[in-house]
Amino acid sequence: MSRFEALTGDNAVAMAMRQVNPDVVAAYPITPQTETVEFFAEYVADGLVNTEFICVESEHSAMSACVGASAAGARVMTATSSQGLALMWEIVYIAASNRCPIVMSLVNRALSAPINIHCDHSDIMGMRDSGWIVLFSENAQEAYDNIIQAVRIGEHPDVLLPVVVCQDGFVTSHGMERVEVFDDEAVKEFVGTYKPRYPLLDIEHPKTLGALDFYDYYYEHKRQQVQAMENATGVILAVAEEFNRKFNRNYGLFETYCLDDAEVAIVVANSTAGTAKVVVDRLRGEGLKVGLLKPRVFRPFPARELVEALKHLKAIAVMDRSISFGAMNNAGPLFLELVAALALHGVRVPIADYVFGLGGRDILPREIESVYRDLLRVAESGRVERLVTYLSVRE
Amino acid sequence: MAQLKGWKEIPIAGIILEAGNAVEYRTGGWRAFRPVRGEAECIHCFQCWLFCPDSSILVDAENEKMIGFDLDHCKGCGICARVCPVNEKVIRNAGTKLARDDARLCIRIVEEGRVKE
Repeated sequence: MSRFEALTGDNAVAMAMRQVNPDVVAAYPITPQTETVEFFAEYVADGLVNTEFICVESEHSAMSACVGASAAGARVMTATSSQGLALMWEIVYIAASNRCPIVMSLVNRALSAPINIHCDHSDIMGMRDSGWIVLFSENAQEAYDNIIQAVRIGEHPDVLLPVVVCQDGFVTSHGMERVEVFDDEAVKEFVGTYKPRYPLLDIEHPKTLGALDFYDYYYEHKRQQVQAMENATGVILAVAEEFNRKFNRNYGLFETYCLDDAEVAIVVANSTAGTAKVVVDRLRGEGLKVGLLKPRVFRPFPARELVEALKHLKAIAVMDRSISFGAMNNAGPLFLELVAALALHGVRVPIADYVFGLGGRDILPREIESVYRDLLRVAESGRVERLVTYLSVRE
Repeated sequence: MAQLKGWKEIPIAGIILEAGNAVEYRTGGWRAFRPVRGEAECIHCFQCWLFCPDSSILVDAENEKMIGFDLDHCKGCGICARVCPVNEKVIRNAGTKLARDDARLCIRIVEEGRVKE
């Protein structure tokens, strides 16, 4: 049914891509790319996949080729990171608006300047309004599992949106882990065959995609995208349920860890959630009621479900690995959205933001522990002393 | 204008499912200049028909005659007048630069609204 391999996050994603065997992969091989496309290029060269691999001349072209191939009716995947994603920008929006269910692996890394290619979430947070479904992955296993599920989520007839699967740069992408790899046949069976709704290569039914769309209809097409996002939540859960049944894993909109009876909790995405679990275990050993919530689905943002999971707490800390410069209190995007969600649902739990790890700065267990200790004080006093903390920045 | 449809009634992503429906889009309103034809001068060579980027040269295919312009779609680009061999000959014979609405030309380009033809 499955086997265990020692894989980096990049390699795990490439492995999933090999098993999905997409029709087209377009990518541009330059730093900051990821090893994923290198591994995948090998699979192509070795004849392990039937994929048409398009080695383009820039990341902008990579996403453009993906949009074209997807519009033609192909199952399409790509991978990028950091500045590479930034160069794709214009077409990232077009992929979503043209309703191309492209699956993209994104290794989360910092944006320049100063030049830095190490882990933070600045790249993904910039595309949060672009219309893509955004999934976070704590480790290589989750990145692998999410890529496989992403194919089904994006291609669902009620969704038809591109999906980006995130993992932390270097921490996950270059760190080797034990990964359960399913049988090729099982993955093939799970993802099935893509049946595009309006393939341009269906020459019996000629059609046009990407035409001018003025004030008379553009707005209606945006409204359709809203509906697709609304439909996505249910589809993500249904696909997860099928995946959990078939592969014996447990995915949802987010993961909770020691949260039900917790008094205080941290909300943090990707690899840092793994470190936080160790800290939770340690503090639980001291009898402290601490917990964790790890977002998996960031777009569509599951506001109601998050509030439901967090409303019993006495204090919450969000840990953001990026800054929304100039936003309220110069906080991070995850914090801002969660604060809005809690306020909207009338939940008044003291909440603070901890920005951390920018440009690949290490985040240590003792730093996460200090956040929990802050939270326990806030829970006692009921008052947040400092709304936004830039954790471990040198004064 | 046709009744505008709601977001549930239209294909996603602005995809256009009817091939060749550009004919419904009346681009003639963009025109600042309009082509005017001298019937007597025309030699029905079809050069204008061949080059028109908007398929706006009307022809009687059976009798192989150029019969006029589709002004619902003609954007007034003037390419027809530029490729017209009769125009070329008239200009060469005149030995001087001619105004683009000179009466001697086969296809004249006149300012929209100046003439009723």
